[in-house]
Amino acid sequence: MSESDQKRVFGFETRMLHAGHVPDAVTGSRAVPIYQTTSYVFDSPDYAAQLFDLKQYGNIYTRINNPTTAAFEERVASLEEGAGALATSSGMAAQLATMMTLLEPGDEVVASQHLYGGTRTQFVHTFRKLGVTAHFVEPDDFDAWEAAINSQTRVLYAETIGNPQGSVVDIARLAALAESNNCPLVIDNTFATPYLCQPLNHGAHIALHSATKFMGGHGNSIGGVIVESGRFDYSNYPSIADPSPSYHNLRFYDTFGLHAFLMKARVETIRDTGACLSPFNAFLLIQGLETLSIRMDRHVKNAMAIAKYLEDDPRIEYVAYPGLESSPYHELALKYCSPGPGAVFSFGIKGGEPRAAGKRFIEALNLFSHLANVGDARSLVIHPASTTHQQLSDEELAASGIDPGMIRLSIGLETEEDLLWDLDQALRAI
Amino acid sequence: MGSGSGIACDLSTHSLLTVEHRAKYQAPDLVRRTLGYARSVAIVGLSTKRQKASFFVATFLKSRGIKIIPVHPKADRILGEKVYPTLTDIPESVDVVNVFRPPHECPVYAEQAVGIGAKVLWLQLGLFSEEAATIASAGGLDVIMDLCIKMEYGRYDGTMRFLGMNTGILTAKKAQIGRISSSQDMHASECSILT
Repeated sequence: MSESDQKRVFGFETRMLHAGHVPDAVTGSRAVPIYQTTSYVFDSPDYAAQLFDLKQYGNIYTRINNPTTAAFEERVASLEEGAGALATSSGMAAQLATMMTLLEPGDEVVASQHLYGGTRTQFVHTFRKLGVTAHFVEPDDFDAWEAAINSQTRVLYAETIGNPQGSVVDIARLAALAESNNCPLVIDNTFATPYLCQPLNHGAHIALHSATKFMGGHGNSIGGVIVESGRFDYSNYPSIADPSPSYHNLRFYDTFGLHAFLMKARVETIRDTGACLSPFNAFLLIQGLETLSIRMDRHVKNAMAIAKYLEDDPRIEYVAYPGLESSPYHELALKYCSPGPGAVFSFGIKGGEPRAAGKRFIEALNLFSHLANVGDARSLVIHPASTTHQQLSDEELAASGIDPGMIRLSIGLETEEDLLWDLDQALRAI
Repeated sequence: MGSGSGIACDLSTHSLLTVEHRAKYQAPDLVRRTLGYARSVAIVGLSTKRQKASFFVATFLKSRGIKIIPVHPKADRILGEKVYPTLTDIPESVDVVNVFRPPHECPVYAEQAVGIGAKVLWLQLGLFSEEAATIASAGGLDVIMDLCIKMEYGRYDGTMRFLGMNTGILTAKKAQIGRISSSQDMHASECSILT
């Protein structure tokens, strides 16, 4: 192999299929094997001691690491072009583990207010129990971001494509603002997946996913993943740089450098909270990753066709899809999600009482499954005000950009004409 | 679970170095070749403290059957190995000089590494000294900078991926027999993985 061959940078699809797994020396198993085990026999007492002391890379206990899960983690890290990744039991766990690793009581977070309702609830209510305060701002109002940052701010947070408003965040600008305030920028990239957008390549420091959604893609496994860029300078960031009392005063940034945040999240936060991914779910999520680009291309194509159809329909009030030229986020979508801004969007039905119209529309649908998820291969529908965002007060709902009649769609891989037919007949049934 | 003969992608994004410097001082084939033959590593600035990065690296290399030679101005023994106050005091042959000291001190270690006939000057993650590199190269040494020798070993022996780190290694070829273990006798088979 020549020197230039040795430096080849493989394409996204190649990494989707191969990254994170080398067929093992004994069996040659081509698929990633499911290591359905809790624990791993140590080579020797000395080696075991070194493992627990983090001086060896090796398997300890499946709550901390597992070879099947590790294959999933490295594959996601490769697709996001990060330094490494850590899988968690869900997307919510990925968020919480990230924040518990970075934050101390008294710290503050500034977040976009265009967030998944569960995220907002976690940030407001669960954070309060941990002594952490979150402030919410309009994602494209940079004066508001700056005004909300103070000496206690430790993290900036946003979703690549805000749920469910279809807002696209200016990641590069936000990353610069974060760095100038010694904060990592954490981006939830669930709706885009690394195929549509790679936040770390735009300057974000940590990317999160609910892998339950498009990554797994088949609606069969709950899981989450945290990806570290390895590029944030944690030298003056106490939670990562200072001696850690829960690991013999280890200084994670001094010792692990580009892997510091990730190591701390794994061997302290996930060790202590137990929010690990099961190896079987990791296996299923890997199956999803292997077709990610192909599925996302079709998801985006179907979503675009349906968004255009609805926008032209006189029965529809508005369609909030950043792929449409009418969207205020269209330019940001072209910049950050060039293959297409995902396949989840919302719209409003014209006329009548919005809550009742929304309910009748959902009842009349045949192919769209009414449930609380997105990113399935099948098309999904939900009414956020009565489900995912129902914990929010009317004021919080309005601040999150949700109106009572809003319908959210997650466009699947079905035949485009069949989806259009279903939407049309349901609109006629109202 | 070794990494077989797979290609290592150029992990370009996590370095202090420019593209040109990376090609020179972080080339995957240079790193791999070095790890393949290194039998003795002198560690300049090896700490006596268990929780320092250099102590992690030394513990790890020793578990791989590599002879570590601590260089420290005051200590007597570290990890059971005799300590020398400077590189030039080491009476045995040294393959790699691995440095954990600030960049402005590195040119001196480069001169000493040339003097003792080492084959490689390896400055740890976060360290870059063009002056040291020039001295070492002129003396016939290979130079690696701003990389961690433990991380690189873990990348190529396949163990780093147990912790979800992006090794950048991608291959459809079967890994070779000789999975890394803690035992000292695994080093021979390890070489076949690394080269």
